[in-house]
Amino acid sequence: MLGGNSQSALRVSQLRKSYKDVLAVDGLNLEVHSGECFGLLGPNGAGKTTTVEICEGLTDPDSGDVEVLGMRWSSDATQLRQRLGIQLQDTQLSEKLTVHETVRLFRSFFAQGADAAEVIARVQLEEKRDSRVGDLSGGQKQRLALACALVGDPDFLFLDEPTTGLDPQARRQLWELIEEFKKSGRTILLTTHYMDEAERLCNRVAIVDHGKEIALGSPRELIASTCAEHVVEFTAGSASHALDVSALRRIAGVREVRTENDAVLLQVSELHTAVPALLAELTRQNVSLTEFRTHSATLEDVFVTLTGRRLRDE
Amino acid sequence: MSENAITEVRVAAGKHAPRARSFADHPLVQLTLVRFLEFIREPEAIFWVFAFPILLAAGLGIAFRNRPAEVLKIAVVSPGLAQSLQREKLLEVQQLDESAAQEALRNGKVALLALPGAGGAVEYRYDDTNPEGRAARLLADRAIQTAAGRTDPVATTDQFMREPGSRYIDFLIPGLLGMNLMGSAMWSIGFAIVDARRKKLLKRLVASPMPRPYYLISFLLSRILMLVVEVGVLVGFGALFFHVPVRGSLLVLAILCVLSSLSFCALGLLLASRVKTIEAASGLMNVVMMPMWIASGVFFSSQKFPGLMQPFIKALPLTAVIDALRANMLQGANLSQMMPQVGIILFWLVLCFALALKLFRWR
Repeated sequence: MLGGNSQSALRVSQLRKSYKDVLAVDGLNLEVHSGECFGLLGPNGAGKTTTVEICEGLTDPDSGDVEVLGMRWSSDATQLRQRLGIQLQDTQLSEKLTVHETVRLFRSFFAQGADAAEVIARVQLEEKRDSRVGDLSGGQKQRLALACALVGDPDFLFLDEPTTGLDPQARRQLWELIEEFKKSGRTILLTTHYMDEAERLCNRVAIVDHGKEIALGSPRELIASTCAEHVVEFTAGSASHALDVSALRRIAGVREVRTENDAVLLQVSELHTAVPALLAELTRQNVSLTEFRTHSATLEDVFVTLTGRRLRDE
Repeated sequence: MSENAITEVRVAAGKHAPRARSFADHPLVQLTLVRFLEFIREPEAIFWVFAFPILLAAGLGIAFRNRPAEVLKIAVVSPGLAQSLQREKLLEVQQLDESAAQEALRNGKVALLALPGAGGAVEYRYDDTNPEGRAARLLADRAIQTAAGRTDPVATTDQFMREPGSRYIDFLIPGLLGMNLMGSAMWSIGFAIVDARRKKLLKRLVASPMPRPYYLISFLLSRILMLVVEVGVLVGFGALFFHVPVRGSLLVLAILCVLSSLSFCALGLLLASRVKTIEAASGLMNVVMMPMWIASGVFFSSQKFPGLMQPFIKALPLTAVIDALRANMLQGANLSQMMPQVGIILFWLVLCFALALKLFRWR
């Protein structure tokens, strides 16, 4: 955009922020390229929202440096605000106003951008144009929040947990709208604790935990680098006749074996050879299967591998 | 065409060139409009701001209306006394037997009982702590003495003064107006801001390029617009139904109302500068407003409080507002005659606004 930063929409270095007794962000470095959708993935309390709000100029960091679109909050705040589209976590817009009145209000703050009606059409709320905000469903409210973020025709869109609490259909609808915006070649920073959302929308993902980045890359790269492609999950045996887990490690293609409660999780690279071998081993040990399923490895598995915890445990 | 060029074309197509914007699209106009819409879509607010003061004024006005000079009821037991008392127009005389008359006096149906005594003397029975009893005693005595031939050495005439401006309703309307200016300014600005903070709407607004002072100015503008209706309705009601006078200049009245409202807005803003819940806000506002409702002379004169408290009561913003409104409406005072009050109002305005700007938190 400006000068030598043409490739980078956001640079964050050595960011630190603590509240009373909690270290929310602990030396975080990030770089978001122009035109990409970048995801901050992590469990609740990982410091995602704090990080995003510092980037949005709403919170001051204790230390560290933030550069957005080649500008800094300390010197270019007015100019920056005109170019950012921001959707915050759980903002309640005024319930007594209609959809159109709300979008028109936000439109009035920006020097440029489409008409309110056009933005309302873009987020598919035309039919609700004159409905009160209080009468909208959760998904419609989130689309209205997105409209308020898009109304200034931003170069950079910040989305903080845009689909949390929505039903699957409403989530998919919102994803399509975000993908539309992506196609226009502009930049998105998205936080989420849904791995499917990050996998679907993000070009690159930073996994954060306890205010630190623990992995960075495209969803495919992350999955490939930290775990095998497939996960086999099963329960077998009984209290009287337990399964010998250590024998499973010797099966060809099994990268890692973990137990979680009664279930056993295997990371395998080649499903078509590992599964017959696993069944043969169970037959040899004379234990019967009670449950069995496989899935392709996801970012959730990456997180579990890296931290030993699930994303939504806490 | 290179990859970059395509992106640039897309971006260019997606951009909307800045265009001439209508007055209605100015952020200050939009913010003020939104305030106004939010207010008129809240039926309770309309009741408290417009209907309540009128109902209160009507109710109190009727209860404390000045009755026509009242006829006092008295009882007599002899026809002779009844005849001499008949000439007094302000007395209604009933002739009863002694036990019935005694009963009527005891339960307040008559104010006085006149009994014939020995040798043409008259005995009055009445409650001397009751003003009606004492008045009846004087009237009855005058009638009986005159009937018996007394002549007054001094000639007197009566002239009646019953003009508007000195009745309770005249005292009340400026008081209610002041109370209403305080309540509507403080509730509307305080509640709206705390509610927006609680919903994180304030945070969302400052994340947009909205010029922050506009948000606060929009409250003041919408308040002043509302004021025209609020003051008009209450003063108009008083003038139309109770002939409450507005003797001072309307311009001075308007200036007083705007100044007072701004001052209470600043106080509301100060109270709402940090509070995060509606409960805390309403508690805080009641604590601040309650002493003024009682001490500032809305319903009765603040002079009734002990002299020691007077300097403090005089310094309260509502006292200054109500004193100034009464001086304007009832005595027709001009601005220079109410400088102490205007000074106090301005003092609160500047103090609260400066503190509020220092303390205010957007989140």
